[in-house]
Amino acid sequence: MTSPQKPLLTSRYGIAESWKLENAERAGAYRIARNALQNTEPAQLKEEVKKANIRGRGGAGFPAGVKWGFLSPNDDEVVYLVVNADESEPGTFKDRTIMELDPHRLIEGCIISSFAIGAHVTYIYVRGELSFSAARLQDAVDEARAAGYLGERPFGVEHPVEVHIHLGAGAYICGEETALLNSLEGRRGEPRLKPPFPAIKGVFGMPTIVNNVETIAAVPDIIEMGGEAWASLGRLPGDGGVRLYGVSGHVKAPGVYEAPVGITMRELIYDYGGGMLEGRELKAVVPGGSSTPVLDPRRIVDAPAEDHPLHAWHGKSEIDVPMGVDTYRALGTMLGTCCAIVMDDTVNMVDACRNLMRFYKHESCGQCTPCREGCGWLVDVLDNLCTGRGKPGDVDLLVDISNNMMGNTICAFADGTAMPMLGMVQKFREEFMEVANKGLPSGTRHDLSVQSLIGSVA
Amino acid sequence: MAFALTPEREREVESILTRYPDSRAALLPVLWLCQQQNGWISQEVVDYVAQRLDLSTATVKGVVTFYTMFFEAPVAENVVWVCRTLSCDLRGGKAIQEHLEQRFGCTAGHNSKDGKFTLLKAECLAACGQAPMVQINERYYESLDIETLDRIIDLHAAEGAEAAAAKFATQAVPSPVHPGGPSSVPPPAPSPEAVRVASQPPPADPKAGQGGAS
Repeated sequence: MTSPQKPLLTSRYGIAESWKLENAERAGAYRIARNALQNTEPAQLKEEVKKANIRGRGGAGFPAGVKWGFLSPNDDEVVYLVVNADESEPGTFKDRTIMELDPHRLIEGCIISSFAIGAHVTYIYVRGELSFSAARLQDAVDEARAAGYLGERPFGVEHPVEVHIHLGAGAYICGEETALLNSLEGRRGEPRLKPPFPAIKGVFGMPTIVNNVETIAAVPDIIEMGGEAWASLGRLPGDGGVRLYGVSGHVKAPGVYEAPVGITMRELIYDYGGGMLEGRELKAVVPGGSSTPVLDPRRIVDAPAEDHPLHAWHGKSEIDVPMGVDTYRALGTMLGTCCAIVMDDTVNMVDACRNLMRFYKHESCGQCTPCREGCGWLVDVLDNLCTGRGKPGDVDLLVDISNNMMGNTICAFADGTAMPMLGMVQKFREEFMEVANKGLPSGTRHDLSVQSLIGSVA
Repeated sequence: MAFALTPEREREVESILTRYPDSRAALLPVLWLCQQQNGWISQEVVDYVAQRLDLSTATVKGVVTFYTMFFEAPVAENVVWVCRTLSCDLRGGKAIQEHLEQRFGCTAGHNSKDGKFTLLKAECLAACGQAPMVQINERYYESLDIETLDRIIDLHAAEGAEAAAAKFATQAVPSPVHPGGPSSVPPPAPSPEAVRVASQPPPADPKAGQGGAS
């Protein structure tokens, strides 16, 4: 059960004009960076981040400390830090709160991280639509530079640090780190073949660390508390700290909440999210952005073997498993960005699925045939189903197309499309068959359930 | 007529170029400046940018066509993007679009009858917690109902984008601090039709070490 916890990442969110330097600084901003640069060694900082067990907050959940460890630049190479602020995974809206409400936390994280990994230039790649967030970040960068926290000698230390805000122009795929690097270089945002990984050959051909906004924003607290202490805030082994959870859809209090790693989906929906809208039942939840396979609260975990990673939750609902990178993988889904889309019993899953697959069709970069064609075919089949032109065989066709997309492309986009598609069919096959046979029930539209809300939302 | 940036924006280009070791990286920022001035990316703009950054026009055009926010045709003074991805649609995104279509007398992808608005459908705009929402020009308008939306559009038409933004544009909101305490909802017993899931082996993580599409 949740216990009250002192906010860390969001500690300055409530302050009036929290994005201004003087207000943020009065609440402690840059104190940790000053101390880190003046009194510690880069190796020490890296070690703390490693001990913190912070799993990347952008969706893949790769340990940030390990990623930093991949750097081994030659003498003639320049190291870059790139912050991925291309937040666009459907359902995800957490990084925007950091950029708009506490940009100085992110910049402080950039300063410490740059010092730790030996970078002098940081690019923060902000998605084009979030131009307001980017403007606020830019103002904060200007303030920090004027105060002497960025520039040639931040805090009087001989380690130049510069932060540049780079605005994207509308493309989900640019959140994939190598696509982001191409976009940053002024190219089409098409993912690169890996290896080489960015830590070896990243932006401008140089060793590059790409981290999510929230990951970098957590660095000051990690350094302040010490890696081990920060890690112990989390409730799961190997998955440390606190993180931002988002909850949207049919809950009473959608929003971004800070909580320890390892709360359950039930806690997120009913405690943090305020529970389902009046008189509605939870039907399904997409746990961490649209690329993560759906959870069905009626399903119970079947893990009788004692050595099964989910044995502790044997016999409980899927939504009672703690939200962690490894626990969710064992559950057959992914933790992703930890931002849940909650759907009530009025939603037809085929219709909801069609909505998400349209997104992927629109956003596929088109480089790889299985992805470009597969996303289109999935939408075609789902369109047929939803307009009453479906056939029972179409459901297996969806599975077949998905299986031919998985693992056959340059980047993870196709997998991120196929996995949730397969999850939907696996968990709601009966509903898919019903729609294949009879079309959508008359009057179905997935926003039908909130018609009454329109006009009442504040 | 050939396109050229104003002297002020030209100075901005000079400053942008200092941020990157390779001038090509200035392509997106320079295209943004051009669109700010010209309203859209015309062939003349493409020619200008290609010449300015020493790239082929094909390269510039290829980049312009890749990104949804670079307009390849003139747009109205106000561009309205309606988010239609799942979180918004679950809370009325479709109704928002339908209302605007009715009001503007056009379908998404076209200009309103009075020529003041371009209506576009958008994929997820990362504001899911304050759904439904629209983006108008550079600002977000969130937690909408039809009545507020109408007032926002009225103000855009009457007094312009800046006045409307000052009054109605939204930003990220801090969520209330969680009070803590025990879970308010006891776990229900699994329903009779509960399906048992076979325990699955953990799938290989395709994104490990690569950073996800966040």
